[in-house]
Amino acid sequence: MSAGVSTASDLTRLTAAQTGAAIAAGEISAVETTRAHLERIAAVDARVHAFLHVDAEGALAAAAAVDARRAAGEQLGPLAGVPIAVKDVIATSGLPTTCGSRILEGWVPPYDATVVRRLREAGVVVLGKTNMDEFAMGSSTEHSAYGPTHNPWDLDRIPGGSGGGSAASVAAFEAPLAIGTDTGGSIRQPAAVTGTVGVKPTYGGVSRYGLVALASSLDQAGPCARTVLDAALLHEIIAGHDPLDSTSIDSPTPPVVEAARAADVRGMRIGVVRQFAGEGYQPGVQQRFTEAVALFEDLGATVVEVDCPNFDYALPAYYLILPSECSSNLARFDGMRYGLRVGDDATHSAEEVMALTRAAGFGAEAKRRIILGTYALSSGYYDAYYGQAQKVRTLIVRDFDAAFAQVDVLVSPTTPTTAFPLGERVDDPMAMYLADLCTIPSNLAGNASMSVPCGLSPDDGLPVGLQMIAPPMADDRLYRVGGAVEAALRDRWGHLLIEEAPPL
Amino acid sequence: MTVTTDRLPSYDEAVAAFDPVIGLEVHVELGTASKMFCGCSTTFGAPPNSQVCPTCLGLPGSLPVLNGAAVESTVRVGLALNATIVPWCRFARKNYFYPDMPKNFQTSQYDEPICVDGWLDVELVTEDGARTVRVEIERVHMEEDTGKSLHVGGATGRIHGADHSLVDYNRAGIPLIEIVTRPVEGAGAQAPELARAYVTALREIMRGLGVSDVRMEQGSLRCDANVSLRPGPEAPLVTRSETKNVNSLRSVERAVRHEIRRQAGRLTAGERVVQETRHWHEDTGITTPGRSKEQAEDYRYFPEPDLVPVAPDRDWVERLRAELPETPDARRIRLLDEWSLSEFDLQSMVNAGAVDLVAQTVEAGAPVDAARKWWLGEIARVANERGVALDELPITPAQVAAVVALVEAGELNDTLARQVIEGVLAGEGEPAEVVAERGLAVLSDDTALLAAVDAALAEQPDVAEKIRSGKVAAAGAIVGAVMKATRGQADAARVRELVLSRCA
Ligand SMILES: [Zn+2]
Repeated sequence: MSAGVSTASDLTRLTAAQTGAAIAAGEISAVETTRAHLERIAAVDARVHAFLHVDAEGALAAAAAVDARRAAGEQLGPLAGVPIAVKDVIATSGLPTTCGSRILEGWVPPYDATVVRRLREAGVVVLGKTNMDEFAMGSSTEHSAYGPTHNPWDLDRIPGGSGGGSAASVAAFEAPLAIGTDTGGSIRQPAAVTGTVGVKPTYGGVSRYGLVALASSLDQAGPCARTVLDAALLHEIIAGHDPLDSTSIDSPTPPVVEAARAADVRGMRIGVVRQFAGEGYQPGVQQRFTEAVALFEDLGATVVEVDCPNFDYALPAYYLILPSECSSNLARFDGMRYGLRVGDDATHSAEEVMALTRAAGFGAEAKRRIILGTYALSSGYYDAYYGQAQKVRTLIVRDFDAAFAQVDVLVSPTTPTTAFPLGERVDDPMAMYLADLCTIPSNLAGNASMSVPCGLSPDDGLPVGLQMIAPPMADDRLYRVGGAVEAALRDRWGHLLIEEAPPL
Repeated sequence: MTVTTDRLPSYDEAVAAFDPVIGLEVHVELGTASKMFCGCSTTFGAPPNSQVCPTCLGLPGSLPVLNGAAVESTVRVGLALNATIVPWCRFARKNYFYPDMPKNFQTSQYDEPICVDGWLDVELVTEDGARTVRVEIERVHMEEDTGKSLHVGGATGRIHGADHSLVDYNRAGIPLIEIVTRPVEGAGAQAPELARAYVTALREIMRGLGVSDVRMEQGSLRCDANVSLRPGPEAPLVTRSETKNVNSLRSVERAVRHEIRRQAGRLTAGERVVQETRHWHEDTGITTPGRSKEQAEDYRYFPEPDLVPVAPDRDWVERLRAELPETPDARRIRLLDEWSLSEFDLQSMVNAGAVDLVAQTVEAGAPVDAARKWWLGEIARVANERGVALDELPITPAQVAAVVALVEAGELNDTLARQVIEGVLAGEGEPAEVVAERGLAVLSDDTALLAAVDAALAEQPDVAEKIRSGKVAAAGAIVGAVMKATRGQADAARVRELVLSRCA
């Protein structure tokens, strides 16, 4: 912890690791840290709109509890007292959870997601809930029923999606950490376009209990942070087996913090995915990616090109599997038990109330995917759509297996372009879907993946993300490689990329 | 259009013209302590919505965890039904909207059930003695129960026309197994009896395994009966109907019998049988159409992504097989020997669902003949009257044994014993309490009896004269009058002796 922290704005500029260490050492209090972030939110969030709900009272109470524990002589964990923003798709007891949808407006869950329970147990202070595309469907946060989030680098541009709120809150120094969820890139793509770090852990590595499902076989919660080490510290807290999630992996979490601290790629084999280049890739993005690959060689890694031919089919397969699962997962939102209810005026049947509620409560993108998925699962079409897509999924897993037989980690640009202007793709679903071209294969295969900043694109001066992919339960490799890239670039620039973001 | 009962052909006409083919789908609620996918209690009769949690309410973000005890029960049922336990199976989602389904999909097994290809031998009583029919069982699968709707107001008690509806989710998520037969042919006119005998035999097995209390009244065993007719041995099968929720053994038989007549009526009149779901009406003894299968919903089944596949360990399955209780067949052979019964006597006990009850009554000290006499006589008559199974009546084997003991001790005669049983069934308490409360005791005082006999002879002098003139048979009228006057408390044989001695 550097000496001379004196103002509230200084407190928001610290990393989570620094903040946690300072609180544990008694140099600063959790309450003043929390207050500093609440003030920052009050000052900038009207422009960024990263938050849907801020729980000042709850956050200050949680922070005071951490301070009391320290005062009582308790040894605090590395993130105790550190504030965090939580994506609004994760159930928080006593705090609204809307998933960015009208249909859940006003719903307050009676229970905490396992991720949130673990955060609270670790003394991490929940500031509030962040904006997102409705039910995590989108790549720009423009599909939120509560208005878009703005990219702190350029308020006229998208912050990525679906977890644009989580990434923007971290990039805007409203919180040092955030929880995101990643179904097809919703942690990594926002991280890439906001110059932050985002990790999609191995599927099953972090409990999904309390994560409102979009596509159960693809969803995974993970850390958003400004540094690789901060992401690792958060990863370690939220990961681990959970008996409440049947798909949770019952084995120890990989040593991510150790790997982030080691930050050494010497002797590692890095694979560049041939399929993730060419048409559709912004030249500035391509350039920064090429430089990052050269950096790996400078750092002592071996770089080879690998072929993953079936990745070309990942996007179409994803857009059959996701809507199929989504059409079923979103069926429960019918106005009968919680959330919005429309037409309950004694003139409509229960069936009509369900239909009216869904018609009014879901946005266009949610409806589009529900209809797509309903169609893909229909008898007579199942084999041709859902069945075929599952076969493609198997082929993609095989491509990864073959690639990881040759290399330790795969790399690619996180997303083909930098942040695009708000409104540019909102009426063009196909263009929007392409933002997740490089991130989707990891979700289909269930492996681990990370995005770290690798510079600003020379053509527009906006952040570019470098994606790394590791085999399932080898998440530590991401932190080792990501940490090395981050350290090398910090040495080159003299600071983290995020420090270059314009003041708000 | 409703076909009224008076236009139906007689049953004999129907089965003379057509060969009935039946199929039975039986749902059994497992008696596990907790629900299928959560830890909630399964106790019957708790206050509405008191046994619920985020998972069985389908709250956003909740996830299922499979109940191992339910899998074990299902495997044991499969083994007892001579089925193959598959090495690997999955759950699927059955998607449809209904307010009593918290998720608007039911987690069930579809094309990958846990048990396949079983059989159950069922005995039918014919004029030529017992005959065994093998009922082939296609599958046994696991699923969760739905909640229970209560429609308030309106004429039908159905959702349409109701003023409002209440839903109790205590039942939602209770483990169910569904046992599905292959079409059973060749029972001919005995098809309705076969249906009943099959369900009776299933109940015996479930009870023997201790996996369910199989109470049809409470809905812990529910039967859907499929009926179709074949116009001749070579003719193709005509469309089938599925009669839902036939809730007593007697109803199973009656519903199948009615469907045979109804379908025969339509076919004879040149009309066609519609493939549809029908509702059985206990009061009127007819079925009425429900939802037509021809416009049936498409359930859009797909594998449940929130659960992992079930792969029963081979050794575990073999251990369960070795620990199965005595089969009803084996017990039949043992009891035939121990109780020295005829096949016919035993079969009628099996058909009445009385074997366990008689066995327990014998264990409680009653002789076999007496136990059989009461369970198959007076108690069976009441069960039949009330349309319930024997074991659903509020009388226990211990209570029947107590009544038998009173008769053996000479404190009750059969007439009085019947009144005691009637009192127990009416909830008046234990047999001894009913005896005391109603003042029931055999009059053994000859002086009191003689007074009653003299009074009766004096009232009917012409009858007295007949007896005196040697027409001994006329004594019955006097005995009857005395029994009536003593409210059945006299010993009829002794009264007869006294009448004859008075007229000698
Ligand atoms: Zn529950």
